Amino acid sequence: MNHTAQRVVVVGAGTAGGTFAGLLRQAGYDGDVVMLGAEPDPPYHRPPLSKKFADPAADASRWLREAAFYDEQRITLALTESAVDLDPVARVVRTDRGRELRYDVVVLATGARPRPLIAPGAHLDAVLTVRTLSDANRLRDEVAAGRTMAVVGGGFVGLEVAAVARSRGLPVTVVEREERLLARVASPPLARVLAEHHGRRGTVVRTGVEVVAVEGARGRAQRLLLSDNTHVAADVVVVGVGAQPCDELGRRAGLVCAAGGGVVVDDAARTSMDGVLAIGDVTVRPRLGGDPMRMESIPSATEQAKQAVATICGAPPPAPEVPWFWSDQFDLKLKIAGILAPPYDTALRGDPRAGSFALLHHRDGTPVAIETANANADFMAGRRLLASGHLVDAERWADPAVPLRELAFA
Amino acid sequence: MPQITYVLPDGREETVDVPVGQSVMDGSVRNNLPGIVAECGGGCSCATCHVFVDDAAVGLFDEPMTEEADLVEFLEGACDRSRLSCQLIVSEACAGVRVVVPATNG
Repeated sequence: MNHTAQRVVVVGAGTAGGTFAGLLRQAGYDGDVVMLGAEPDPPYHRPPLSKKFADPAADASRWLREAAFYDEQRITLALTESAVDLDPVARVVRTDRGRELRYDVVVLATGARPRPLIAPGAHLDAVLTVRTLSDANRLRDEVAAGRTMAVVGGGFVGLEVAAVARSRGLPVTVVEREERLLARVASPPLARVLAEHHGRRGTVVRTGVEVVAVEGARGRAQRLLLSDNTHVAADVVVVGVGAQPCDELGRRAGLVCAAGGGVVVDDAARTSMDGVLAIGDVTVRPRLGGDPMRMESIPSATEQAKQAVATICGAPPPAPEVPWFWSDQFDLKLKIAGILAPPYDTALRGDPRAGSFALLHHRDGTPVAIETANANADFMAGRRLLASGHLVDAERWADPAVPLRELAFA
Repeated sequence: MPQITYVLPDGREETVDVPVGQSVMDGSVRNNLPGIVAECGGGCSCATCHVFVDDAAVGLFDEPMTEEADLVEFLEGACDRSRLSCQLIVSEACAGVRVVVPATNG
């Protein structure tokens, strides 16, 4: 691949695709850029969809770029148009409008879709997922109507929705089939703090139970039947049980994909086929200090967008970054960096009851992940430690008298 | 409309109009200038919009809140002129302000 590419086609107009197109122009690429987006909207910021969906003030900062941006940057935005076929030999993308777009480089940024709830009644009206702007608008209306909400799945997105709904005064029950919240993505101490935090604000948190069925009347959900034979009243049900990569286009084109889903890429955003790059939630990507995996986060999508730009422009890929993401739960701003994989030990700095703390997870003193709430300095210090791989002294980390600078710049 | 000059990571200078009430970050993003990534869209969360404000202009913006100061302190190359540009709200008095965009914004 090289900088003489004449036309780049971006499949997908989400955060990854939109960010990539802007960065490509920043890098001085002068050829055609065509971006296909299945939704009717240009790229928008996704975090507010679950964190601020009930807040009309969030509307103003919704768009990733202003409308004029695409014309000014000569990015052809084809909305409500999806790629249905990719021919990596002829270098042609076919769309559901019957168009054939020849490309020199195609960038798959097709993202992921919510995993559906598998249970009788899951098709009922008011059983919702949160991924798109139209999902968030629907949810806003349901919350404004003052429904009784059940959230299926105790992951970050589900808990964010629960926090917003509870803040608006709705009765909310979170149902998680694992024995604790955030079983795959957060440490037990953080999960415990969050469960208490939600509980104190009136959210009912039910763990270790599964949804057996959604029961309803006149086509609309009314309650959940759980595996312990109890019922939960709910006339709106939010399903947040993870996402699956939209890798069908790549799979059909013969790209190497992971068994569990996702287009496999290297640290230059290259797939197994020449001229085909992939970025964002659809990819299974290499990462610092561990096995390749799918990382659903904005920093990861941005990093891969930069990798793709570098590849197209013939520049070396940027240095690998420590993966991180953020979440808001009521008044707690969480930031998490690194990937948790047992075994690890944990050192706490700060006081969860005071609403500001940092959990540093390490293996024999080598930092593996940091989880913070309302502790920006701790987060930044922890990220530095993760990037440097420096050993930490857990006792010093836990001692608030030791300045963070001494720990981070040791 | 106030004009803000951005000294880009490659040394080039770009001067653009930034409407009063918008942030220095907004001005960069709207014009697709390189160096300010702004992953979180201006929420003082990601620290990818770090800039250095010229000494003469420091007083033209509100003092940083703790949330911002805590992020900035640990950024690569941070100094006492470091700010997150999403928190720099432009007023008429900011006409002609110059900010330096480092190459380290994630």
